[in-house]
Amino acid sequence: MTVRTAELLMGIALALASLAFMYKSTDGLSIGWVAGSGPGAGAWPFWLSAVMFLSCVAIVIRTVMRITVQSRSDEIFMDREAVYLIGVTTVALAALLLGTYYIGIYISLMVFLMFFLRVLGGHTWTLSIVLTIAIPIVVFVFFEYLLVIPLPKGMSEPLFYPIYDLMY
Amino acid sequence: MGEILPLLGQGLLESLEPLNLTMLLIGCVVGLFIGAMPGLGSVNGVAILLPVTFLVPPNAAIIFLAAIYYGAMYGGAISSITLGIPGSSTAVATVFDGRPLASQGRADYALSIAAIASFIGGTISVVLFTLFAPPLAAFALRFGPPETFALMMLAFATFVGLGGDDIPKTIFSICIGLVLAAVGLDIVSGRPRLIFFDLSGFYHGVNFLVLAIGIYGIGEMLWTLEQTRGDVQVHKVKTSLRSLFDNLKRVKEYFMTSVMGSVLGYFVGILPAAGATPGSLMAYGMAKAMANDPDTYGKGNPKGVAAPESANNAASTGSMLPMLTLGIPGSPTTAILLGGMIIWGLRPGPLLFTEHPDFVWGLIGSLYIANLATLIFNLAMIPLFVKVLTLKFTILAPVIFVLCIVGGYAPEQSLHDVWLMLLFGVAGYLLRKLDYPVAPAVLAIVLGPLAEQSLRQSLLLSQGEMSIFVTRPLSLMFLLAGVALFIYPLFVAWRRRRRDAARTVEGTTGT
Repeated sequence: MTVRTAELLMGIALALASLAFMYKSTDGLSIGWVAGSGPGAGAWPFWLSAVMFLSCVAIVIRTVMRITVQSRSDEIFMDREAVYLIGVTTVALAALLLGTYYIGIYISLMVFLMFFLRVLGGHTWTLSIVLTIAIPIVVFVFFEYLLVIPLPKGMSEPLFYPIYDLMY
Repeated sequence: MGEILPLLGQGLLESLEPLNLTMLLIGCVVGLFIGAMPGLGSVNGVAILLPVTFLVPPNAAIIFLAAIYYGAMYGGAISSITLGIPGSSTAVATVFDGRPLASQGRADYALSIAAIASFIGGTISVVLFTLFAPPLAAFALRFGPPETFALMMLAFATFVGLGGDDIPKTIFSICIGLVLAAVGLDIVSGRPRLIFFDLSGFYHGVNFLVLAIGIYGIGEMLWTLEQTRGDVQVHKVKTSLRSLFDNLKRVKEYFMTSVMGSVLGYFVGILPAAGATPGSLMAYGMAKAMANDPDTYGKGNPKGVAAPESANNAASTGSMLPMLTLGIPGSPTTAILLGGMIIWGLRPGPLLFTEHPDFVWGLIGSLYIANLATLIFNLAMIPLFVKVLTLKFTILAPVIFVLCIVGGYAPEQSLHDVWLMLLFGVAGYLLRKLDYPVAPAVLAIVLGPLAEQSLRQSLLLSQGEMSIFVTRPLSLMFLLAGVALFIYPLFVAWRRRRRDAARTVEGTTGT
């Protein structure tokens, strides 16, 4: 995909998103003047989304007319290696979040770190293992102990009972 | 003047309290590190580490974050000089002459210039800040909702007029930030707004941190991963501490350049759209234009390092002026600081000076201390930082991702926010590849609630008459300035087109 195509697709996608925002702003809300209470609740997001839509239209028109730098560029938007690197990282992050619901954030973090350091980064086993263990511990101490913000643990919750006993 | 000194003294004392001083020193070191790492700048550091500051009281937290901001401005020069790649965008101009100096074997000299010039920039701008802030805050106390709204419009107009990015893309970025700020329960009517797919997570709104960490944490890491292909080039650098101190004596070579850069940087920094990056580039350009020997620039002129380095530090202080006095951030980093202040329950704006003087003056005092502390750390720890720079990016990236995920969860404790953050991160990365400016969106989501509130209050005051914004002199002035900024790029484009047309005519008649 060239930069020009990407620019065009992005402009269209954002225009559609703007329309969705406009539609959603009218969803049971007033976009005009409400007597006695000023502009309706939907007015602010509706009219701003309308401006968003117009600027997207301008972006698309300028792309079609080849006015902007991007619209004249026939370079590759993302080469194969970039797609792989960004794709794998994004999927790994999504898997980390998905895993959080089931096996809890700590075990997910360990899997994520191991994958990123050992598989993607190609670092030594020693370094990977040390960081995989150390980082979740630091996160635990900081957030659970110092800030008292419990992070989601999913089904791994029972593993933490002995630590809770020590803490509280 | 007489009133400022005791307040400043109190602020200095407050920033020397054990907790505050500790946070300040840690902040300086962390900032230096963040600034030095390619791919991380002050805005990334402040966005990613803001959730961490929930541990300490607001006064210590803002001192910590301001110290990071400060340290990052110093740190950027380290990799610009030793690696030849800017540690952050604010240090781009430092590469021009810093890199040639380093290849001549004078990296230590360049590093000491950067440190001293940063110190000069920091000092001058903090003094200017101390003098300007109280009167500006006093002036801003007269603002009503229409003035506040008009001023925000002016702030957004600076992005259109001075941002230098594609105008429709800039406008889109501003509006999406303002719209995202409206998600959740409407304060006036209590009605839920923009609850997409009926997800309950949208009821608490889109926290500005979700957008900021998404763009400046996740998005920035993806961007850097692509740029470096997972690997930062490792360069061997030699620096000796001994010669560093000999170099300090040569300050007078570039002292005046630094002073000029500082003043320029400070005033550029105040504008929301311009900041440390354009400020340092402008200072470099000005130093070169005013030099007797412009040819030596780009070939290792010490002044070419001093000008941008003094300017970027001065700009970072400058951007705090509108944040503290008017409640309008002067840069993306201060936008995040401003959002932090709202989380801590402080209302940014002129009232801050009368309602929370300890907070304001503690911050100002801390800037003086941070400036000195960073200079010392910087000079003493340069060999260490140079070593740290050889760290592989694939070690740093997962650590930052973990900080982002946990930091995005902490404020609202909802996984919905973390998903949203990941979405913003990927979207921000793609948009950045297409040159959409993302800073306006971050500024807009922070200012959004306040902007909407002031608009609705103004319209209630005037019974729905839009004319309220033009009948009040101050608000009219702000709006006119905003309109001028909107027209400015169109005027520039029109003039260029006319000149090009004239040139083609000349060309045809000449042949």
